Amino acid sequence: MAAPPVGMKRFYAILGVVAVLGIGLLGYQLSKPATVSIPANVTIQPSDTAGFRGYVKGSDSAPVEITEYADYQCPFCQTFATLQMPTIEERLIKPGRLRWRYRDFPLQQHPYSRLAAHSAACADEQGKFWPMHERIYEGQSEWASASDAGAIFRRYAGETGLDLGRYDGCMKAGKYAGRIQAGYEEGVRAGVTSTPTLMVGGRLYQGRFDSDAITRLVDSLAPRTAGAK
Amino acid sequence: MIYRMGAALMSLTGLFVSAYLYLYKIGRIGTLACGSGACEAVQTSQWSRFAGVEVALIGVMGYALLFAVALLALQPALAARRWPADLLTGLAALGVAFTAYLTWLELFVIHAICRWCVGSAAIVVSVLVLALLARRGAPEPRAA
Repeated sequence: MAAPPVGMKRFYAILGVVAVLGIGLLGYQLSKPATVSIPANVTIQPSDTAGFRGYVKGSDSAPVEITEYADYQCPFCQTFATLQMPTIEERLIKPGRLRWRYRDFPLQQHPYSRLAAHSAACADEQGKFWPMHERIYEGQSEWASASDAGAIFRRYAGETGLDLGRYDGCMKAGKYAGRIQAGYEEGVRAGVTSTPTLMVGGRLYQGRFDSDAITRLVDSLAPRTAGAK
Repeated sequence: MIYRMGAALMSLTGLFVSAYLYLYKIGRIGTLACGSGACEAVQTSQWSRFAGVEVALIGVMGYALLFAVALLALQPALAARRWPADLLTGLAALGVAFTAYLTWLELFVIHAICRWCVGSAAIVVSVLVLALLARRGAPEPRAA
């Protein structure tokens, strides 16, 4: 068998260098400790949704229930959560007139929505969903453009007083990926196409809301008792 | 010969780019070196699968095939033949068509541009150009 010509030898040498570089870079990526990411293409198991119908705030006997479909990385959801929800809580939820149900609806164009939703779900495991939920929304401008939002959520978890060992285990296992996807699919079935979307008595309200509009809506559905302000 | 060599080198580079995206997709790599987050938006969208198969895996198989054909076309017995360049051109054209469809999805449906996908698009177009040049340089098939 004849030896390859000099040009071919040089070509195979370059090919070898490219192969070694490529394999080396892939090997380096594989050896790095994996940053948590929450997949969307999960198979939803019955256990993901068993007994879970969203995160609820307010009295079981409240006459009106509003379900909010929201995305942690959506700017309108952030504005609503940080500016309107405190008033809604004081005016309607605490007096027992309204029960609020929060459901995850992570939009595909937001890369960290699922990670944020999962971080909040892991906080829920330790009974701290709402503090974590509020912290994530408050910090949206910090983590939305970060290269490693997971590290920022972990910091929030620490600030919120979570057991970080349990939190890390929950995040790495992607324990609630199916639950998040189930919330998303439920929203799609209900006709949700954008966030935030509110569902009241089976009817969808899409767009921007303020606490006054929500108060008027609750008033129309369950008028205040005589003498109440 | 130089064009066939170039096509082989570019195909091998594309193979590594696709493998990187596929390893991310199957969860072996935590985050993509992307900077904007758009890569993850694209890779986790419903369009990251085509006919039930991961698009990144289609890329791995496609570039592996292009690489194999380019290497075959360099073998001394085939170096002067035109049909390996024709085969390379046909496969690269299919790759460019599929890439055009994916780029359209990124621009008009997903509204996010993944830099790695742009890199892969540039690679597959360069393979097609090199294959066309290799085809032009090869002698016409002789009449029987």
